[in-house]
Amino acid sequence: MAILIKKDTPVVVLGYTGRIGSFHAQEMMDYGTNVVGGVTPGKGGTTHLGKPVFNTIKGAVAETGAEVAIAFVPPPFASDAIMEAADAGIATTVCIADGIPAQDMIRVKRYMRRYKADRRMRLIGPNCAGIITPGQAFAGLMPPHIYMPGRVGIVGRSGTLGYEAASQMKARGIGVSSSIGIGGDPINGSSFRDILELFEADPDTDAVVMVGEIGGPQEAEAAEYIRDHMTKPVAAYIAGLSAPKGRRMGHAGAIVSAFGESAQEKVEILREAGVAIVPTPSSFGETVADMLARPLKRAG
Amino acid sequence: MDIHEYQAKALLAKCGVDIPRGAIAYSPEQAAYRALEIGGGAWVVKAQIHSGARGKAGGVKFCRTEAEIVTAAESMLGRKLVTHQTGPSGKLVGRLYIEEASDIAQEIYLGFVLDRKAERICVVASAEGGMEIEDISADRPDSIIRVVVDPAVGMQSFQAREIAFSLGLDGALIQKAVKTIMGAYRAFRDYDATMVEINPLVVTNGGDIVALDAKMSFDDNALFRRAEISELRDKSQEDPRETYASDRGLAYIGLEGQIGCIVNGAGLAMATLDMIKMAGGEPANFLDIGGGASPERILKSFRAVLNDPGVEAILVNVFAGINRCDWVAEGVVRAVRELDLKVPLVVRLSGTNVELGREILAESGLNITTAETLAEAAEKAVAAWRGQKKAA
Repeated sequence: MAILIKKDTPVVVLGYTGRIGSFHAQEMMDYGTNVVGGVTPGKGGTTHLGKPVFNTIKGAVAETGAEVAIAFVPPPFASDAIMEAADAGIATTVCIADGIPAQDMIRVKRYMRRYKADRRMRLIGPNCAGIITPGQAFAGLMPPHIYMPGRVGIVGRSGTLGYEAASQMKARGIGVSSSIGIGGDPINGSSFRDILELFEADPDTDAVVMVGEIGGPQEAEAAEYIRDHMTKPVAAYIAGLSAPKGRRMGHAGAIVSAFGESAQEKVEILREAGVAIVPTPSSFGETVADMLARPLKRAG
Repeated sequence: MDIHEYQAKALLAKCGVDIPRGAIAYSPEQAAYRALEIGGGAWVVKAQIHSGARGKAGGVKFCRTEAEIVTAAESMLGRKLVTHQTGPSGKLVGRLYIEEASDIAQEIYLGFVLDRKAERICVVASAEGGMEIEDISADRPDSIIRVVVDPAVGMQSFQAREIAFSLGLDGALIQKAVKTIMGAYRAFRDYDATMVEINPLVVTNGGDIVALDAKMSFDDNALFRRAEISELRDKSQEDPRETYASDRGLAYIGLEGQIGCIVNGAGLAMATLDMIKMAGGEPANFLDIGGGASPERILKSFRAVLNDPGVEAILVNVFAGINRCDWVAEGVVRAVRELDLKVPLVVRLSGTNVELGREILAESGLNITTAETLAEAAEKAVAAWRGQKKAA
């Protein structure tokens, strides 16, 4: 069953007819993702890659029943596309764009709260690699062949570091239920905690790997949730042990600006919450294999 | 992006924040003339660098005469000022701000930040101004007032009033404080700032509220719609290695070590630096080449890394998703040939078209060490760097 995207989930691609949107839409279809159409304002009524194009997301939802949207929209226009998706009744939107102004994201998050919980959209990203349920479907730009189907969930800020985790696990015969990229921006749609809640409730997931980094409060929030509410084992890696304080390390959100935001502090907080620490980026496979072999020990 | 104090003050003044009279000077003579123009009997000469804590480093001087101004200006201009925020190499003083001295009755801290937990703009204030906010939160945590702004309606006057009363102000000062707080909020919002800090905001003996020092930082992702902010960039305040790279569209951060790094993805790049450190080396830089990197972009990345004279070995680590290992390998081969690479090179490729990439490297006949895993790559890079050091 996995989380957020499955074999039959109808997916609509925003920015569908652009170069990047077309390329990734085709990759997604080749993998078996149920892409039902796309949206490019002004090109409604045409057909692209064998699927219908719509002017508005509302139009696409009415005609195709799309549940997941993936936005390949440039950063200056991405917040508008996310809000349009939220208003159109999309369940989950994945936003790839790297470079959305932080104040746009503040407005987006506030806007999404207008809708009652039962029809409030879930946003994944921005500045992320997307979501995949191996062997079934994906919405994103990851190389899907590196993921083996299985029962360990992955949630991470970084795209390529998530690939590193998945391929090390595959090399040891450990498969993935779903892998979710929450993105490297300071204000993002879903937090580690949000995704951990989904994995905890998912009958197809037995354990979770978290790929965190310096900056922001979300790893510490996740630690609290793991300690108090999770029954499944969690392993975590935190990137940026050698990052200098006050410098933005590539991701807009990867900056240590408060207590508890350095890699060392996050590792300690997670360890105290009973999380298995992945000591180096080369030991995802080993740490996850060890974790799965041992019974879960967690106080409280 | 950071700007100078005088630039931040000009932006704040446009939004209704009162500031002391002041002017910019590029020479000691000009500094003295500016003081004459401003008038009065006491001035402050302030070195304009992108750093706080300038006072302790000798970058802020109180002067009563023209001669004192000239001496102060001579002691600062053209020198590098080292504060605990600039790092050991310091920052060059190219301009001075000459300001009328203020008679201070009370010092207040006023800051605006992006609160990542609340996902909103947050106002931070304290009646214990003049100290750095880290020290205030350590020494006088009870004095800190925090107010979160609802983005649907923006900051409201009542919130500014509550802050003003909490700061212990009263009478005519309340309205002046409200004007200052609302103005600074507008500056934060309208210029896409990520930080506004007025420290100290002072109450003068004459009953005015003025911003004595000001710092603003801006969201790089919003500069496309803030041309008036982009213009304020001062490259003399940046690490020249970073200026070179950012002018060529590369996400690069200069570090102190000797092993140059070329990696795709910010997370993997950070992890690669960590791995080099664990293997006993020191990284020279952070560099994320991004997705879909062409051979040209790889070549450009090599140029940026080699632009740092301290680089004694290079590690390329690419896990290709939308990237393709064959393109990366082509770029690496071209870079070694065209740049006549003298330092040892370790390349680790993984992901899309990895076999093709490895073939290109092997068939090039060049002296390139390859690695399968990240750990192996880091160990080989550190070993190659040590070997290089011995040979030299």
